[in-house]
Amino acid sequence: MSRPASQNQPRQIHLAAHFPGVNSTTVWTDPTAGSQIDFSSFEHFAATAERGLFDYVFLAEGLRLREHKGRIHELDVLGRPNTLSILAAVAAITEHVGVVGTLNTTFNEPYELARELATLDHLSGGRAGWNAVTSSDAFHGANFRRGGYLDHADRYERAREFAALAKELWDSWPEDGVRADAATGVFLDDGVPARVRHSGPQFDVDALFDVPRSPQGRPVIVQAGDSADGRTFGAEHAEVIFSLHTGFDDARAFYDDVKGRLTAYGREEESLKILPAATFAIGDTDDDARDRAREVALQQVRPEVALTYVEQVWGRDLSGYDPDGPLPDVEPDTGSETARGWANRHAAVRSRIAKLRELSETEGLSIRETVIRLTANPTFVGTPERIAAEIDRYVQERATDGFTIVGHLTPHGLDEFAERVVPLLQERGSYRRSYEEGATLRDLLGLPVPQAAPALATR
Amino acid sequence: MTEQVHLGIALERSGWHPAAWREASARPHELTTSGYWRDLLRTADDAGIALATIEDALSLTDRFEPVEGLRRDRVRGRLDAVLIASYVAPLTRRIGLVPTVTTAHPEPFHVATGIQTLDFASRGRAGVRLVAGASAAERANFGRRATGVDAIPTSGRVEDSAEILAAFREAGEFADVLSRLWDSWQDDAIIRDVETSRFLDADRVHNIEFEGEFFSVTGASIVPRSPQGRPLLTVLAHQAVPYRLAAEHADLVYVTPHDEADRPGFGLAGIRSQLDAAADDLRTDRERLHVYADLLVLIEDTESAARSAVQRLDEWAGAPLTSDARIVIGTPATVADAVRDLADAGVDGVRLRPARQPADVVAIAEKVVPLLRATGTLREDDGSGTLRARLDLARPESRYVRQPEPRYAREEEFAL
Repeated sequence: MSRPASQNQPRQIHLAAHFPGVNSTTVWTDPTAGSQIDFSSFEHFAATAERGLFDYVFLAEGLRLREHKGRIHELDVLGRPNTLSILAAVAAITEHVGVVGTLNTTFNEPYELARELATLDHLSGGRAGWNAVTSSDAFHGANFRRGGYLDHADRYERAREFAALAKELWDSWPEDGVRADAATGVFLDDGVPARVRHSGPQFDVDALFDVPRSPQGRPVIVQAGDSADGRTFGAEHAEVIFSLHTGFDDARAFYDDVKGRLTAYGREEESLKILPAATFAIGDTDDDARDRAREVALQQVRPEVALTYVEQVWGRDLSGYDPDGPLPDVEPDTGSETARGWANRHAAVRSRIAKLRELSETEGLSIRETVIRLTANPTFVGTPERIAAEIDRYVQERATDGFTIVGHLTPHGLDEFAERVVPLLQERGSYRRSYEEGATLRDLLGLPVPQAAPALATR
Repeated sequence: MTEQVHLGIALERSGWHPAAWREASARPHELTTSGYWRDLLRTADDAGIALATIEDALSLTDRFEPVEGLRRDRVRGRLDAVLIASYVAPLTRRIGLVPTVTTAHPEPFHVATGIQTLDFASRGRAGVRLVAGASAAERANFGRRATGVDAIPTSGRVEDSAEILAAFREAGEFADVLSRLWDSWQDDAIIRDVETSRFLDADRVHNIEFEGEFFSVTGASIVPRSPQGRPLLTVLAHQAVPYRLAAEHADLVYVTPHDEADRPGFGLAGIRSQLDAAADDLRTDRERLHVYADLLVLIEDTESAARSAVQRLDEWAGAPLTSDARIVIGTPATVADAVRDLADAGVDGVRLRPARQPADVVAIAEKVVPLLRATGTLREDDGSGTLRARLDLARPESRYVRQPEPRYAREEEFAL
């Protein structure tokens, strides 16, 4: 379907490719599932993302192995690479696709992380991005020098100060800051780099940054927090938001809310892209797709997984319960630490249980079916045509700017999407046919290029 | 017959001469590009060099260099060495990749997982070189630590500085934590047992529960055990305290022997006896400590060309070249002879520090290596397998593998 050139161009869809993670979404029991850690899996995944003309590949971060009832969790895929190292290696085997990683502001220092991200941006030729996340719990902190030192309330304060300081460091070198004039012997001009003096509640540094300005100036900043603090941080610093708001109305409300906050920071709508996580099940017919979604859900939520889920929510041992029977009738133990290392599982336990009970009772669902309904519901189910049309609708109607596509199989979970859905998006005129926008991730995402400090103070 | 050695190369921005960036063959505008590092590492890899170290520091200035009155005629700025190594891993085939990491600021947990990931991406060719302590400039960049390593004591002995001694104790803990995290997953931890619904066997993954003077690390690594089990742990050492660090924790130590006649007390024999004594005292690893001797080399086709090259560089730098390592300036044959002498003296390997990059890297690859090969000085191998295998270091078993119960002979065995 080609559109006449005179007509307004449709809004362009942006897609990120999420490497399958260490949770029950990733199916390892399938006979075709491959290694989650061998480099060949990353080679395959990155090649698919690039063939599908995705904006970037996206990696989560591991800070500690998850535990359940005092033991390292056994049921899900576990073990993953260091985010920065694997992205640097992936940059070497790709040419266009962005490399974006999740990196914590709590268990890193701004100088070190800023130089690592600037390095990744140099090595990838301007394709680096940083999903800035916060953490404050002692469970993860126990693996790091400072331990769980941060009050929950201070984590966004630290994140804001961290991001602001990192930006100052990146901006402290001008464009083409390396003079390297062999004839005169001047490697750096006076005042290069600008000295960064920062004194705040979290950081007190007097720094000379040691990485010359990278191709993008700064890596693209991605953010995922959904609390009020998270949204404020996003409106100020983020250039992409990775949200979990995938229902159409919910997504549009989130889009309006977050983009509405941009003006307060003097930013335009297009300077921030919202790319919620999206899972999918593709079929030759819609019925076929629903059957496949069901098969995957049964693999994702095996009876043991379902029981583990409710044990985490209830905070107690429920091993006597039948996964195919009704939800536990006992009260939760809100003081316990049954599950450690799971994001957001402690939050609002009672309201979560109420929601589970309501779902289970009104529809007569077993433990396993309830958990399937809550955790194994693909965002898009249908023929490639249906999925392409839905994705396009979200973007054209400003509910999102695109999606972060999450496959359920390592490493080829993205293949079918790239082969069957992407060409249809292209036919609709709302997805790129080549990496034509430019060499950097900012070019692909249509983001503004940040300015380096124009006048450099002499020291 | 000549004893055989492995060859290593130490890569440092534009080379080890401070004025190297001004050479016509230098690429001073490309020091932070992927192409520069890919070319250097591929040149070394194709020549059959066994390992490459990559220098790093967390500051714009060199270790004992003041920040005030920054000299503008030196190379400034660099890329993170672990990430350079990770980037070149898929682009090289055989060479060991050994980035430098300082132990005062980085998180041991992040370093452990970064090097394991490098081991996966390189399919078993990862190592790390640990540097103790933090300079004043590094401390100012982080704002986390009041004291650190500001200068070598006037005595020249690090034992006389409480700060440096503390830095080495911290480096020891750092090395210990790396090694424990690298062992924390047994090789067979991932079971993918569909029958019992278990992806892994938690009894084969071990929280390390490390409590030290400088930090504690509780959990297991997030990365499964990597191809080499433990990537190579290496340090550069010049005197007793760092020799002890190497003997206690390293697989491989770089040392800087000089001709005994030129610098009495700094000969290889003396270094070896100190290392041996430290190992007797501290080493628990079954594998002996491998010793690599460092040489700083500048190579031209003739002696006179080499002399005039160094003269030109020294003039630009405003001072003659100095180094902790012995400096060898001359033809490919001069350098090959120096390597052969060290081989005959019994080192396991020689690490060459090129005065100029890429010029001296290319000269090593194209001229020195063939000479060494012709005289049988280089340890040859088929280049398959891991870095450990190439360097004749066994793949260690995880320390957390429970040893099988002693098996008592059954009665019938006595009955025979």
